[in-house]
Amino acid sequence: MNLNYFFTNFAELEVGQHLYWQIGNISIHGQVFLTSWILLGALLVFISLGTKKMENDPKGLQNLLEFLWDYIRDLARTQIGEKVYRDWMPFIGTLFLFVFVSNWGGALIPWRLIKLPSGELGAPTADINTTIALALLVSLSYFYAGLSNKGWRYFEYYVHPTPIMLPFKILEDFTKPLSLSFRLFGNILADELVVSVLVFLVPLVLPIPVMFLGLFTSAIQALIFATLAAYYIGEAVEEHH
Amino acid sequence: MFVSYLFATEGGLFDINATLPLMAIQVVVLTYLLNSLFFKPVGKVVEKREEFVRSNISEAKKKLAEVEKLEADLQNQLLEARSEAAQIVIEAELESEKLYKEAIELANSEANTSKENARLEIENQTSSAREQLSQQAEALSELIVNRLIHQT
Repeated sequence: MNLNYFFTNFAELEVGQHLYWQIGNISIHGQVFLTSWILLGALLVFISLGTKKMENDPKGLQNLLEFLWDYIRDLARTQIGEKVYRDWMPFIGTLFLFVFVSNWGGALIPWRLIKLPSGELGAPTADINTTIALALLVSLSYFYAGLSNKGWRYFEYYVHPTPIMLPFKILEDFTKPLSLSFRLFGNILADELVVSVLVFLVPLVLPIPVMFLGLFTSAIQALIFATLAAYYIGEAVEEHH
Repeated sequence: MFVSYLFATEGGLFDINATLPLMAIQVVVLTYLLNSLFFKPVGKVVEKREEFVRSNISEAKKKLAEVEKLEADLQNQLLEARSEAAQIVIEAELESEKLYKEAIELANSEANTSKENARLEIENQTSSAREQLSQQAEALSELIVNRLIHQT
């Protein structure tokens, strides 16, 4: 792990170091859970504030939440299709909100000010465990969606235009979660690294445009993740004729 | 577990451990939470409003069609009434013209008859006068003749 050695010794940057929590004989990355609990707690508080008093004429927060809901519905509907998008909208929306809140929370909140005994707080999506967990959930859900909607006929999808496609379609089942998880992980981690390296080298002005770029990338990554997840589910439930 | 052998060193970017399943469980729990806190209530309100707007629009469309039908009806009635009125005016004009012509004709014929009568009267009187005159002339001539005869 030469690369790791290089990264971990890069001045103040702490890459690949974790705050380990031991529960019995399993160990987990504490910093990921700490930040995700803070961010998801904020998200839940925000949402319960906005939905506390629902009115027919939306005001303030309710307006924003309705816009968000509409946005997620459009995303789910265009990718999954009119027939079953309702069943999957909460899942797609949760993926979008989780990734978005994690990315933006990681980029906007100055976690660095909080000192941990080991590792540092940051976007939960910059940890490979989180992104693989999300990607595997997506894989499970598109299998479930396909099987529950079409039964065994779901496997027709693998030989759909011609049986020659079979190996490629099987390969796709592995590349889908791989690309989903590594895209998100790589983008968010790279963004954090670029910002921290720039802040370390030039602590004035220069990192600001990069930070804005990071915010942009974060939002786009959330959209990409949710859209692809919806697309995979849509592909699985689509009827071939 | 071979994945963890690959990245066996404590720490590292690709340190995969129990964080993964726990995070997956957390996301599933979050999905249920968000579904009951966010997607269901907001969806209910939004869809209720959409239904409200849709029904309002269709109702308004129905009303508009009704209004248009009524308007067309009224327009028809108006047109009918106008043509009726024009008809009545034309009829009245014709009637009055007819009456006028009749009156003139009547007057003319009356004038003609009275003129004829007068002419006849005049003719009668002339002829009777002439007759009288010739009678008188005859009588007178007889008288003259008689006197001349008696003298001789």
